[in-house]
Amino acid sequence: MSVQFDKAIIPLGARKPLRKAQNLVFVWLTGLFAFLLILPLVILLWYLLSRGVQSLSWDFFTQIPKPVGETGGGVANAIVGSVIILGLASVFAVPVGILAAVYMSDFGRGNRISSTIRFACDMLNATPSIILGIFSYSIIVLTMGRFSALAGSFALFVMMAPVVVRGTEEILQLVPDSFREASLALGASRSQTIWRVVLPAARGGITTTVALSLARISGETAPLLFTALGNEFWNFHIDRPMNTLPVQIYKFATSPYEDWHRQAWAAALVLILLISVTNAVARFATRRR
Amino acid sequence: MVSGEPAQAEMLDSKMSTRDLNIYYGPRRAINAISLSMRRNHVTALIGPSGCGKSTFLRALNRMNELIPSVRTEGDVLLDGNSIYDRSMDVIDVRRRVGMVFQKSNPFPKSIFENVAYGLRINGLSDKRVIAEQVEKSLRNAALWDEIKDRLYTPALDLSGGQQQRLCIARALAVEPEVLLMDEPASALDPIATQKIEELIHDLKKQYTIVIVTHNMQQAARVSDYTAFFYMGDLIEVDETERLFTKPSRKQTEDYITGRFG
Repeated sequence: MSVQFDKAIIPLGARKPLRKAQNLVFVWLTGLFAFLLILPLVILLWYLLSRGVQSLSWDFFTQIPKPVGETGGGVANAIVGSVIILGLASVFAVPVGILAAVYMSDFGRGNRISSTIRFACDMLNATPSIILGIFSYSIIVLTMGRFSALAGSFALFVMMAPVVVRGTEEILQLVPDSFREASLALGASRSQTIWRVVLPAARGGITTTVALSLARISGETAPLLFTALGNEFWNFHIDRPMNTLPVQIYKFATSPYEDWHRQAWAAALVLILLISVTNAVARFATRRR
Repeated sequence: MVSGEPAQAEMLDSKMSTRDLNIYYGPRRAINAISLSMRRNHVTALIGPSGCGKSTFLRALNRMNELIPSVRTEGDVLLDGNSIYDRSMDVIDVRRRVGMVFQKSNPFPKSIFENVAYGLRINGLSDKRVIAEQVEKSLRNAALWDEIKDRLYTPALDLSGGQQQRLCIARALAVEPEVLLMDEPASALDPIATQKIEELIHDLKKQYTIVIVTHNMQQAARVSDYTAFFYMGDLIEVDETERLFTKPSRKQTEDYITGRFG
């Protein structure tokens, strides 16, 4: 037996003006904050472009820095150095990170080792980068007896790998278990399932993760200051000091010379462009077919 | 209990059978000492209310329960008289011989062709012609070929729900299984797609032994030769489908099929 309602206790149109006003305020508020968040990025790009673009020239990309007093010169050795050091860091961080993530999301799902790795990665992610620089300094620079690109790569590897691990793990967990079950039910082994179904399904997400982690470490200066050190000249040996864009920007920017300040802006613009291009290429290469 | 009479079970030409199968999720027992025979080239339907253990039982037949760490299995499952849990039996071979179609269609995010070819590739086949032939055969047998033969290389996820489920059946058939396990294969499909799947099951039993879990009693009545009624982890009754639905010998079965509980 249902109980009869004897009168409508909520009249139609109740509080309508207030409700409409509240809604309007809320919509505008979210829009405003979304805009405020974009604003710094827009200002930053505009600032970089307006300050940096005038110093960009062919020489800037092909020459090495000139001594104080001489005008011109470029950051070619810093660009190449950054690519070498970042490349070396990624060559180790990407496979290590992805395989560790596979272990955590598949073979060792939910076990002690996985949660320990997860905790360790979170700790490393929260560690200030300068400490990773000191770490690399003490175990590589002091052992080898000199600053080197290798030490810089190692510091960046320690920064990058946990970012790749955590990002990839999350992506792999998004791959539905129904794919894994379908594969195993066809008589595939666990490793075949991972190589042929799970990783391909996660390819786009993993690439984005790698690109983001690369973007994050490519601007790091502190861990490079006492590892790769910097170099005013060309060097292609990974056991010697090597120039990098962030360190070069730091040197330019902390100098007292007006000309070098302009070059710092230009180098910063180059760094931002390189990161953007890397991201764009990564996205393009893995877009959904 | 009918299931407790091995004599009856042996008389059937049994492709698969279970012997005192107990399955535990941690300390909780989900399947209680079930012995059931599944007749060669016939369809056996498993019915019963949600949580009665039908799916758990089904997954024991190709060792899929092993993927859940807390599951423990006792007793035995025989395939052509040999235990699939025997140490000499390779789990990969078991799953190849006992294929599975899931409740929710789960094609891989690959092309239609690659979905069906997958099982062949992982089993080491690389001859393109052989693969293409087998893919076509499988798609034909799953009654999908005519609908998709012009777009074999388009994403499988673009297919309709019913087509995706038939693709999953084709994928399972491609590795030439002997038994096909189907876990509510039509529960997410509309009546027309469901009808296609049911017709397909009818065709497939000429070549395969089929075990199907279903919530839909009309479906069990339509597609199966034998029906087993599960309740709370027990096998209450198993009989020829027509007899089970017209003259059930147990009160619980009658209550369930007449809709008095469940």
